[in-house]
Amino acid sequence: MRSALRLATYLKPYRKWALLAPLLMLLEVAMDLTQPRLIQRIVDEGIAQGDMNLVLRTGLLMLGLAAIGALGGMSNGVAAEQVVQGAGADLREALFRKVQSLSFGNLDHLGTGPLVTRLTNDVTQTQEATMMMLRMAARSPFLMAGSLIMAILTSPQLTYLPLVLILVEVIVVMLVVRRATPLFTQMQTRLDALNEVMQENLAGVRLVKAFARADHEQERFGGANERLAWQAITAMRTSASMFPFMMITVNLGVVGVLWFGGVEVTRGTMQVGQIIAFVNYLLTTLFSLMMVSQLVIQFARAGASANRIAEVLDSEPWVQDRPDALRELTPRGRVAFEDVTFGYDGNGSEAVLRGISFVAEPGETVALLGTTGAGKSSLVHLIPRFYDVTEGRVTLDGVDVRDVSQETLRRHIGVALQEAVLFSGTIRDNIRYGRPEATDDEVVAAAKAAQAHDFIMGFPEGYDTILGQRGVNLSGGQKQRLAIARALLVKPAVLILDDSTSAVDVETEGKIQEALEEQMKHCTSLVIAQRVSTVLSADKILILDDGRIAAEGTHETLLKASPIYREICESQLGNGVNGHEQ
Amino acid sequence: MSNSRQGTSSAAARPPARPAMGPRPGGRPMGMMRHGEKSKDARGTLLRLWRYMRRQRWPLVGVAVFVVISTVASLLGPYLMGIAIDRYITNHDLPGLARLAWLMIACHLVAAASAWLQTYIMIGVAQRAVRDIRSDLFARMQSLPLRFFDQRSHGDLMSRLTNDVDNVSMILGNGVSQLLSSVLSIIVVIAMMLALNVRLALVSLVVAPLMFLVTRYIARYVRPRFRQTQETLGELNGIIEETVTGQHTVKAFAREEVTIGQFCEVNARLKSVAMRARVLAGFMGPLMNMVNHIGLAIVVGTGGLLAVQGLATVGAIASFISYYNRLGRPLSQIANLYSGLQSALAGAERVFELMDEEPEVDAPDARPMEHTNGDVTLDRVCFGYEEGVPVLNEVSLHADAGQMIALVGPTGAGKTTIANLLTRFYDVDSGAIRLDGTDVRAVRKDDLRRKLGLVLQDNFLFADTVMENIRYGRLEATDEEVMAAAAMANADHFIRRLPKGYQTVLSERGSNLSQGQRQLLAIARVILSDPDILILDEATSNVDTRTEKHLQEALMRLMAGRTSFVIAHRLSTIRDADQVLVINGGEIIERGTHKSLLAQRGFYYHLYASQFRGQALPEAV
Repeated sequence: MRSALRLATYLKPYRKWALLAPLLMLLEVAMDLTQPRLIQRIVDEGIAQGDMNLVLRTGLLMLGLAAIGALGGMSNGVAAEQVVQGAGADLREALFRKVQSLSFGNLDHLGTGPLVTRLTNDVTQTQEATMMMLRMAARSPFLMAGSLIMAILTSPQLTYLPLVLILVEVIVVMLVVRRATPLFTQMQTRLDALNEVMQENLAGVRLVKAFARADHEQERFGGANERLAWQAITAMRTSASMFPFMMITVNLGVVGVLWFGGVEVTRGTMQVGQIIAFVNYLLTTLFSLMMVSQLVIQFARAGASANRIAEVLDSEPWVQDRPDALRELTPRGRVAFEDVTFGYDGNGSEAVLRGISFVAEPGETVALLGTTGAGKSSLVHLIPRFYDVTEGRVTLDGVDVRDVSQETLRRHIGVALQEAVLFSGTIRDNIRYGRPEATDDEVVAAAKAAQAHDFIMGFPEGYDTILGQRGVNLSGGQKQRLAIARALLVKPAVLILDDSTSAVDVETEGKIQEALEEQMKHCTSLVIAQRVSTVLSADKILILDDGRIAAEGTHETLLKASPIYREICESQLGNGVNGHEQ
Repeated sequence: MSNSRQGTSSAAARPPARPAMGPRPGGRPMGMMRHGEKSKDARGTLLRLWRYMRRQRWPLVGVAVFVVISTVASLLGPYLMGIAIDRYITNHDLPGLARLAWLMIACHLVAAASAWLQTYIMIGVAQRAVRDIRSDLFARMQSLPLRFFDQRSHGDLMSRLTNDVDNVSMILGNGVSQLLSSVLSIIVVIAMMLALNVRLALVSLVVAPLMFLVTRYIARYVRPRFRQTQETLGELNGIIEETVTGQHTVKAFAREEVTIGQFCEVNARLKSVAMRARVLAGFMGPLMNMVNHIGLAIVVGTGGLLAVQGLATVGAIASFISYYNRLGRPLSQIANLYSGLQSALAGAERVFELMDEEPEVDAPDARPMEHTNGDVTLDRVCFGYEEGVPVLNEVSLHADAGQMIALVGPTGAGKTTIANLLTRFYDVDSGAIRLDGTDVRAVRKDDLRRKLGLVLQDNFLFADTVMENIRYGRLEATDEEVMAAAAMANADHFIRRLPKGYQTVLSERGSNLSQGQRQLLAIARVILSDPDILILDEATSNVDTRTEKHLQEALMRLMAGRTSFVIAHRLSTIRDADQVLVINGGEIIERGTHKSLLAQRGFYYHLYASQFRGQALPEAV
């Protein structure tokens, strides 16, 4: 319920329309309500007195009022859509902005899949519910109240009948809603489960095909599908059972009117025309009540979606900017880690990094080596504040990075992440991603340095070649080179290459290194590598083991001092690894 | 040196996508735009939807029966009411009225019971139909070739699988039975009106043509707009999916604002398109209502005239009016359904579009495959992902059973493509690939793929436990066998250090592990599947050097007796290969062993030497 109210704030900019819509509906309803009365007049006065003129005039009046009512109804539609589409678009935008503001930590926690569903499915559900509310919820209560009043006015003697019937209907509705709501929530959960299977199959299609697991996946899906179907059937049958109950109520009510009305007519206290009109109004009242109850159920369904949306809107980003954060920076590029401890869930015991201290001077190249999961990526992620340290601090030119706004910081840091993600669009746009105002010459220069220029020119459309979803039409090595070019183009003060040449062959990598050496003179580089060949000429090599720095030095000094390093070199470069020893 | 020789032949290792509309994330889905024209076939779509429901023949019959009973029974109401007024109330005949009242009550009970039964059955029918549609859709997706997935926006596909199917589900549930009973009501009402008073009935039907006109007019404009809405929604989904899953990169380059801008553009477009469609569709209700009232006015007016002239009784007119009102309700129900129906149709069209895509099928005479020795031959294979852009050019190679073949060369040269062809993710343009002498195209794809073990560059893991992920390699494997495979892949020790060991649930795509760890799991998975032929696509390049050493040993054990193709960049991994094939520009330019190639001092030699950049080579050559 609270979530619904929270989301209702998105209706505020449209409150003029939101108020107008029901009023317009009122107009249509009012017109509808006059009809039985006019019919009554025709029957009781026109026909009974043989007054043709009256009949004709009333008939024309009915026509006129109907036209006005139609206008009212159509305008209500326009007004209602303004609200629903407007608020819906706003809500989607707010959600998207929120997602953009979340940090890596949030994303790990929430999962990108569920976030996508929130943005799409859940927003649509909420929209539908709002729509129902503005159109039909406006209509039905008015109609109900209006016809009830008219009914009582028409035949006061029969007032008790509609009241009793309404009471019965309300009880039925409440019972049904109480049973149906949890069933619908469960249905939504099963729907989510099904969607997850589908999404995984889409993303892992290569895997499924490679292992020829289509049948297995079909079974998995089939199971989830079956469960969903069963749940949906149960939920809907429960809510649908309401209708026959109400039908009986209504119809028995009519019989009641005829009987009691007939008695009154026999006594001479009522006229036939009154009965007819009363029946009409009663039917309208009760049917409107039925519509209202259907709305209540719709609402309950949308409530679940509202909760999920609110959950996202209420999440706090793990990494936030201080209000007085620096927004201007011209760093020379001195990166220092001062006794840094870091763990993904914030407490020291599960720490991924422990007591890390080192300095990278401007223009230096620092290489990080280590076993899988030793913490290399985590270390470099702390520099652009993808995550914040648990203890200690990371400084850039002596300034604690937490004192700088994330955007400013990242503008001066170029990153090629472990998984090179490209977006659909031209190659040129992808390279320019970090700095869209770069000139074409700069783009080409960056591509050349990353050894990407040649293969780009190999495409018929060169830099204007359009990449598909996630850059699927490139090989792994090509993607990585584009990612490097992208990072270079930013002209960063700090360059981070996270295992970014793993898919590139040795020779090409060598050329990239050469080109980068030129570029990297102007910036501090942190390179995570698996190949020793990458780090041979680094100014400083850090060997990480289980979250700590196990050894530090240059290639030469480490060969002498570190057995771990020697072992790594031997396995990669073959025996007699050091030129000196030959 | 090598790059300048590449040219267009090795331009792409994966198929290029057809042009998207504009340089932004989540470009329009390709190829499906053109179907917009032929989708005006609403009748065809409805027919297909109907065929899904028709599968449940007897329940449908039941529904029809109960619809008839309940509609007829409930429509007797006005008729009996007319009698009540004319015969009993006007004549002050209370006992007679009482008898009639009981009859009416009985009638209503029957009506309500049948209405309940009808809905009860219909819901089952509709939801099962939707379940079948989902199932068929999923099955079709599984059988589509890889090419399809490489060229489509995932967001749009998901939108079809979820949003569009949901649309259909919503309307099938309530829509159909309401439609049925509404249509039936109308028919019965008209029949009863004719029975009561032909003149009045005919007069009241005067407005019918007007109603048809209104419906057709609106329909013509509304449906294409709903389709546009769904398409735009699919586009928005594409953006959302791409940027949210690539969120790390967006943040790394501080591109949040720009991404938001792109989103807002499509969002605004969706808003205006949706509004147009729905406002227009929303006109149906009020307009039909008005037409209904016009009819009522005419009826009452005419009825009054006739009554005044003594040609009709008051009771008959009251009945008539009551019937006319009963016409109003089903009509407005149809109008209300209308908007939903249009939306559902648009959704159904997109679903069926997907279902109509060409699946990858085995040749009709494809044979199942028994145990293989593992002789692999490529015979002058030519292939390109796209017309006119060849990637492999007359490539021929042969591997005897049990040999280890190393494929080296610059990226994009065609090595991954060979893997794609061996697994028949794609088929050759000319030439042939033979396994034990049999052309792979003559064999069932699934059988072929099960004999191959593939470790890719990018290894997908499910959001499931580590144990289940490894077990994916061989579903019948026991827990011990899984752990043994993990031990062989050197993954066991790090798995045991995870919070819940083998029962640790991986987050989506296995993102709570490092790349190297994921690779080890993938290798364990392949080990478990015990294939006859191994294809390792740069498998070990993400694993750190220490672990790699152990892994090398394990892989050596695994590769013993199995034909293996290793696509690697690490020269240290291929030193022990039986054959080294150097691939460049889509051709095999050098063949031999590591030593013999070094002696040639050709391309390979230079590749090897470049690893040392200025330092002396370890091997004396």
